Amino acid sequence: MELFLFYLSAGICAVSTAMVITGVNALHSLLYLIVSLLAAAFIFYLLGAYFAALLEVIIYAGAIMVLFVFVVMMLNLGRQTIEQEKSWLNAKMWIGPSLLAALLLLELGYLFAQGQGTAIGQQVSAKQVGIALFGPYLLAVELASMLLLAGLVGAYHLGRPLERP
Amino acid sequence: MTVGSPLNVFGILFSVITVSALLIWVERRLIGIWQDRLGPNRLGPLGLMQVAADMIKIFFKEDWTPPFADRPVFFIAPAIIMIATLTGFVVIPFAPGIGVVDFNFGLLYFLALSSLSVYSVVLAGYVSNNKYALLGSLRAAAQTISYEVFMGLSVMGVVMLAGSFNLREIVEAQRDVWFCLPQIAGLVTFTIAAIAEMHRAPFDLPEGEQELVAGFHMEYSGMKFGMFFVGEYLSVTLNAAMMVTLFFGGWLGPAFLPPLLWFMLKTSLVIIFFILVRSALPRPRYDQLMSFGWKVMLPVTLLNLLVTGAAVLSTQH
Repeated sequence: MELFLFYLSAGICAVSTAMVITGVNALHSLLYLIVSLLAAAFIFYLLGAYFAALLEVIIYAGAIMVLFVFVVMMLNLGRQTIEQEKSWLNAKMWIGPSLLAALLLLELGYLFAQGQGTAIGQQVSAKQVGIALFGPYLLAVELASMLLLAGLVGAYHLGRPLERP
Repeated sequence: MTVGSPLNVFGILFSVITVSALLIWVERRLIGIWQDRLGPNRLGPLGLMQVAADMIKIFFKEDWTPPFADRPVFFIAPAIIMIATLTGFVVIPFAPGIGVVDFNFGLLYFLALSSLSVYSVVLAGYVSNNKYALLGSLRAAAQTISYEVFMGLSVMGVVMLAGSFNLREIVEAQRDVWFCLPQIAGLVTFTIAAIAEMHRAPFDLPEGEQELVAGFHMEYSGMKFGMFFVGEYLSVTLNAAMMVTLFFGGWLGPAFLPPLLWFMLKTSLVIIFFILVRSALPRPRYDQLMSFGWKVMLPVTLLNLLVTGAAVLSTQH
């Protein structure tokens, strides 16, 4: 049953991601991206990482994607952009990415044939995640927070009101 | 993770939807009383049949889809708020033995679904292709994203005290003292954030009748509008139930009433409080709302987190 659910959510994830890339309407692409993130959260859940699954929904699907939608709303891309996007998506540009993706697929098939990586993981509690983050990976957390601070300062600099001469 | 029986599931679904539909009447009557007028009192006893009349009316209205709207998304948007709020009820512990699932990360699940329900409002406003609707949903996006942060932070104090994300364990941890006393700052910030998340008055800027006509649901008619309407009351019920679970001891109470009745009583009181807030407070300006959020709510929630963490640490050692 779990295996079936895994393949189902993985399938939804793959299909919706494909729709994100091939879509010409920016808003519809974003909606497919949200579905893809939800499917990825489901996969996390099936692997026993409940905490990561819920954070994926809260942070990626619930917050970051809303900002993306917000930006698309502000730009107000209309029919013109759809036509433009259509002209960009011709058959030739698919060759490179498909070759790379095919390589990844072969790799995945090889791994499956080895019979490894198919184990359903054990449950990870929120406490374990916290201990791992603030134990061995403390440096990475601090670096990420510095990066976020830099982003915050940059946004503040861009968004401050113009000084009157 | 245990799952409730089908009777449990359908009973909860039915009662939640009935309560939310009845709230339309309750709200109109209560606001009537507080504003020194009668409210709808003609149909049936106390005007109770008003709900049925409204339902019939809304079903027979013309369901019009504007030709300039993005049809598929226009159809999905009202469904999202219904689905997201109804699935939110899955983790609410109504009483011992009554509830749909007992999930270890119940609180996070609630936060996840309440953050997903934003899409309903944002998408509805954008695909309507109407400038007032667009303005409404722009406001909704910024407002809900900001207040979601404070909502998440304000409940973390409760999680620290209870030591669990499981809502049943959180209720059990309140046997000695309800968390509304040690977490008073958390309670106040959660209430404000919940009202902003539900975008109800006084924080109903996405709708803002006086300036945006009807805001995000302006182009919606018939039952699609009805879904937004009932969805709002569903989220009122959900947030009230959540507040009771987190801060007012859930089903706990003196033994002369059964646990389920205690839960329902407390939830109704919280809902009535939400209605009172709506009828008592004026709407702030949009920039006031945002700066209040980031300049007052954020420091208060962070300080509350700091103090609670220190208190928990010092009592443990």
